[in-house]
Amino acid sequence: MSLATTLDMRPGEGADLVLRGATVLDPVAGIEGVHDVVVRGGEIAELATPGAELDGLEQVDAEGLHAFPAFFDPHVHLRTPGQEHKEDIETGSRSAAAGGYCGIVAMANTEPPVSTPADVEALREAARESASVPVGFLATVTRGMEGEELTEMAALRAAGALGFSDDGLPIRSARVLRRALQYQRLCGGTIALHEEDPELSGDGVMHEGPVSAALGLAGIPSVSESTMIARDAALALYEGGRIHVQHLSARESVEAVRAARAAGVQISCEASPHHLCLSDESVRSLDPRRHKMNPPLRSEDDRAALIEGLRDGTIDCVATDHAPHAAEEKEVPFEQAAMGVTGLETAFAALHTELVLPGTLDLALLIERLAGGAAPFGVERPGLAPGSEANIVLCDLGAEWTVGEEGYESRSQNSWCAGRKLTGRVLMTLAGGQVAYRLRSFSLGVAA
Amino acid sequence: MRHLLAIDDLQREEIEAILDRAESFAEVGRRDIKKVPTLRGRTVVSLFYESSTRTSASFELAAKRLSADLVSLKAAGSSVDKGESLKDTCATLSAYDPAAIVIRHPYAGAAQLVAGWSEAAVVNAGDGKHEHPSQALLDLFTLRRRLDGLDGAKIWIVGDVLHSRVARSNLIAFRAMGAEVTVCGPPALIPRGIEQLGCAVSHSLDGLGEADIVYALRLQQERMKESFVPSLREYATHFQIDSRRLGPRQLLMHPGPVNRGVELSGEVIDSPQSLMTEQVASGLVVRMAILYELLAAGPERPLGATGEHEQGPTPIGQPA
Repeated sequence: MSLATTLDMRPGEGADLVLRGATVLDPVAGIEGVHDVVVRGGEIAELATPGAELDGLEQVDAEGLHAFPAFFDPHVHLRTPGQEHKEDIETGSRSAAAGGYCGIVAMANTEPPVSTPADVEALREAARESASVPVGFLATVTRGMEGEELTEMAALRAAGALGFSDDGLPIRSARVLRRALQYQRLCGGTIALHEEDPELSGDGVMHEGPVSAALGLAGIPSVSESTMIARDAALALYEGGRIHVQHLSARESVEAVRAARAAGVQISCEASPHHLCLSDESVRSLDPRRHKMNPPLRSEDDRAALIEGLRDGTIDCVATDHAPHAAEEKEVPFEQAAMGVTGLETAFAALHTELVLPGTLDLALLIERLAGGAAPFGVERPGLAPGSEANIVLCDLGAEWTVGEEGYESRSQNSWCAGRKLTGRVLMTLAGGQVAYRLRSFSLGVAA
Repeated sequence: MRHLLAIDDLQREEIEAILDRAESFAEVGRRDIKKVPTLRGRTVVSLFYESSTRTSASFELAAKRLSADLVSLKAAGSSVDKGESLKDTCATLSAYDPAAIVIRHPYAGAAQLVAGWSEAAVVNAGDGKHEHPSQALLDLFTLRRRLDGLDGAKIWIVGDVLHSRVARSNLIAFRAMGAEVTVCGPPALIPRGIEQLGCAVSHSLDGLGEADIVYALRLQQERMKESFVPSLREYATHFQIDSRRLGPRQLLMHPGPVNRGVELSGEVIDSPQSLMTEQVASGLVVRMAILYELLAAGPERPLGATGEHEQGPTPIGQPA
């Protein structure tokens, strides 16, 4: 089992290289120390004592640099098919590689949505032609995301859909979700849920609270999310289903997931870097490019609850909800702007800067959660134990950079970090056994 | 002052400077020839994406009284109708090299965006439910002519605070001038967290007797459909300002247009306590003052000088 075979990517040569003198950290495998990381034919051959003679391998001077298991993002929007002016599989997967990811899961809310086996097969084929990292595809729960009839879930699974989600929209009808959970027993596949009660969200564009009151913007209350989580957890428990809650944003939501898990629900969940780093205070800028997304940035107290949830394991993983949008969809007044921000290229650096450096979160815990999105979708967690497929990210934890200064790998520029100065940078990514990314300015020595 | 985007951006001294300036324009308004040459040769664009009567009329008349050339655009019937973006409209208008753009837009932050895209001084004439700073300034001006300052004054803003940009700008402006503000209305029409702007919140008119000034807001008919209030009748029963609730020493204000018999009863509208006509009159001189402060004030453009000819001070009263 490897990411390259479970998911789809462009075939290529397995990497042959050695990361000389890297500080290696894989908290799940219990690996911590300075090693020469030897990669042969796309596999981690050994973690050698530094300085050993190694022939025929590209030598990468990694002294002072950190090697971690590469990250896994269970929630990205690649916009193919239909919105390739925002992103496509090639640019989106390149963006992932630049952020240190060795695997991503693409959402199905494309145009048209991914609702048929042929849709899934076409996307998998496209990934085998152009993806620089392994990509998994979800299919929609309901046909055309209309919330009424189920898709042919078993046929979609047979075509290779990793799981199901109507992300972008909640599943309004409890009956429809219940049927999907019943059907899941037959075909498997995690159901990922965008939890929001549209009746409560109304025409809201930001978190409801003092900031929305001051700006005169319609608010989305926290309970719009948590009430739906409670409903769906109860359904999952009743039907013995497996659900994954997407992009948690509020304290009440963290508590709802914690309670559900304690009650025995098979539930996992994710939080995004922007919800972990920003609060609704940022919306005072009225800048939709960086600060408008759904769910919205919430209060400082909600942010603290998310961080606590990430720490105590209530929140399994970090997911970027990378949502590229064209400039003209964001260069409009806040209420009119499209929801969503990009995040693949900055997730690690932002969380390292905002949470690890100030001492809020352990580096090891961050590394664990950045790859924590694999297991909820039945994908093997990337690791650094010898014998594993090479899924490695090499980082310079001291490097300072300004986001966007050198452009983006993504086709879109709506990064929530745009203009921010971050500390910690991905220099190189190995994904599915191949070298998926090297920072241009990171020079490489070559074996004699 | 480079732009007027939000009351929130202004210090008390800046507010007072505008009100002082408005006072001098009020004096001009009493003359036979009400026009001054201050903005001769300069262009003011009035860009209204939402319908408006008093705001657009008074800004446009203010620009004309200051001798500016006026370009007046309404969204209906312009290229906006054809799907042109705000950014592109700005670029188009910038070709006329306007000194000021006065913009009314249905969404928050539109004026701020225009300020970023244009060289002109931008006046926010209402952006969504966010701010309406010129309304707050004209209300302060109206009150200043009646009262010796607002320090310690108690002001109740009553009605649909949630959907009101006037409520927000006035709350901030009243507080900046030293008043104590209470917002009052049914819970669904009071935004959650508004008390963090420094006001008290009440859901009953029982305490209205403490108010020196009662500022009523318009209740739009469509609010019932969204269940904000069950009916206009129910709303009026609890929140209408009528002669029974309004004491004789209290002043009454309303930004207009009024729903007679909903938020205000007919008799209080026509009572001597009502400042509504004065509010409209203040609108003109305050908006002249705003354009003046943005385009002509400052050491390099003394009172009365035109934009083009820096010949030293010209008296404000010189006819154009």
